[in-house]
Amino acid sequence: MNTTVVILFLLIVASTLIITYFAAKRTRTANEFYTAGGGLTGWQNGLAIAGDYLSAASFLGIAGSIALTGFDGFFFSIGYLVAYLVVLFIVAEPLRNLGKYTLADMINARFDAKKVRGVAALSTITIVIFYMIAQLVGAGALIQLLFNIDYWLAVLIVGVMMTIYVLFGGMTATSWVQIIKAVLLMAATVVISFIVLSKFNFNIATMFTKMKTATPLGEDFLNPGVKYKNPLDTISLMTALVLGTAGLPHILMRFFTVKDAQTARSSVMWATWIVGIFYILTVFLGFGAAAFVGSEKIVEANEAGNMAAPLLAQVLGGDFLMSFVSAVAFATILAVVSGLVLSGASAFAHDIYGQIIKKGKITERQQVLAAKYASLGVAVLSILLALFAQNMNVAFLVSLAFCIAGSANLPVIVYTIFWKRFNTAGAISAMLSGLISALVLVSISPSVFSPTEGAAIFVGNPIFPLTNPAIISVPLGFLGGYLGTVLSGKTDFVHYAEVKFRANTGYRDK
Amino acid sequence: MNHAEQKVEVEKTKFERIIETGKFKELMDQKKKFLVPCTVFFLLFYFALPIMTSYTKLLHQPAFGDINWAWIFAFAQFIMTWTLVTIYMKKSSKFDKLAADVTEEFVKQGESK
Repeated sequence: MNTTVVILFLLIVASTLIITYFAAKRTRTANEFYTAGGGLTGWQNGLAIAGDYLSAASFLGIAGSIALTGFDGFFFSIGYLVAYLVVLFIVAEPLRNLGKYTLADMINARFDAKKVRGVAALSTITIVIFYMIAQLVGAGALIQLLFNIDYWLAVLIVGVMMTIYVLFGGMTATSWVQIIKAVLLMAATVVISFIVLSKFNFNIATMFTKMKTATPLGEDFLNPGVKYKNPLDTISLMTALVLGTAGLPHILMRFFTVKDAQTARSSVMWATWIVGIFYILTVFLGFGAAAFVGSEKIVEANEAGNMAAPLLAQVLGGDFLMSFVSAVAFATILAVVSGLVLSGASAFAHDIYGQIIKKGKITERQQVLAAKYASLGVAVLSILLALFAQNMNVAFLVSLAFCIAGSANLPVIVYTIFWKRFNTAGAISAMLSGLISALVLVSISPSVFSPTEGAAIFVGNPIFPLTNPAIISVPLGFLGGYLGTVLSGKTDFVHYAEVKFRANTGYRDK
Repeated sequence: MNHAEQKVEVEKTKFERIIETGKFKELMDQKKKFLVPCTVFFLLFYFALPIMTSYTKLLHQPAFGDINWAWIFAFAQFIMTWTLVTIYMKKSSKFDKLAADVTEEFVKQGESK
């Protein structure tokens, strides 16, 4: 570990703690804790969405994937971006208009039933925990590599930092950590891409020509099919990516931090530009790493390719650029896990404790306290799970989280907004059938069972052939909602007109 | 309790009446006219990429120099996303005006009671 990296690391820690100190003064009510008072502007929330969304899996994972498998690595970049059209066209504005702190609030605008809220909270918590384990285990391994410290210590540092931000600074601190991270990440990516492009004389055609011979894959590097050979598996993965984003609780929660649907809309626009430019630049990161670091060295440092971007930074800009990239990776991880803690805490404290157990009869002070205890609980639980999962191959949990979000949350959101006949039984069966089918199918898939030891969690033959079940589980979520509604035979129109009116106009009672 | 229930009853008809008005129906129509075709289009455009790369080798053909059609189609996904977002931002200001009109009407109706 060199001095530059220590200084940059401490700078990030110090500046985020200063933010948290000031944010803490503005975090007194539950509304301030969960939504930063709802006062973020479009560009602020757009940057924060990018900061919440672009995880280490995006920054380091995609760069590595492109470096090692060429075109196939780029599939992730495409899916992660196009997903924002689903967010913009279907989810963002109604969610802002109907919800308060959580997804369950929005569904409950139509069905005032504890069971619905409980199931929505369950699906939120499941997604948060899977996503969190993937982030923390990845973070631990990564920080271990970048800073040369033990895994448990790395997880603990990240865990303690995220707990401090959320516990004291709530959504205000979390948002600003995410905004700063997004700016740093974009800066690092633009600088590296610029240098890579300069090495190819600023000619993209030359870059592609050189890439044909730069890797052991030869011409195949530029063609699809190196990594994804099973067509249905590829399409299923792409389904999870494009439909999952609109159901991810920590992304949905960001829409409550703005004052109205117009600002929610403009924050998606900002996010789409930032996230899109970033994902385009992953091509340069990946190509650069393949050409100037070489796949042998990348694999040697980390089999999944996660070290491709830092190693590329070292080749291009020496120790300083590598230290900067490592520090950015650290900030990236912090921003994402903080957002996850907050959304997990909202499901526990607001949905389960405040609305189900206390039936909404809860004072402001109790709400804030509950939110803080829940944040602490979620953080501690995640740290323990991450320590326990150190040697497991958990990279698939990120796409599983997307799959659950698309299968359990998206169908119920769509039905709640657009389908008049939809009822309480339908809402519950939509969420449960999506959630359970995704979980069951993954647990018997090649991600969990592999005949080769160490490739998955258990040794054995997978019963279900696809690594990502979205192509089956998303339709099952929609089907479950339909059958639950039709078979229960009940009608539940009471709030339909009101929800339709509010969702489309943003009208609220004074 | 009785009083509260009655209030809900009154509100319910109020909301049901407003969504039956011409203005609100126009808002829904305009939104539908834009959002449904756009959503169908971008999903088809998106899934065409993995379907074509998985089942055919059409996109392996070079397009410009050594850049093949798979990359062109992949970059086109970005252009498509940004274009649709930009168009929606323009369109939605029209939706906002209609929504504001409907809300105004709704508030007026509430006051005249």
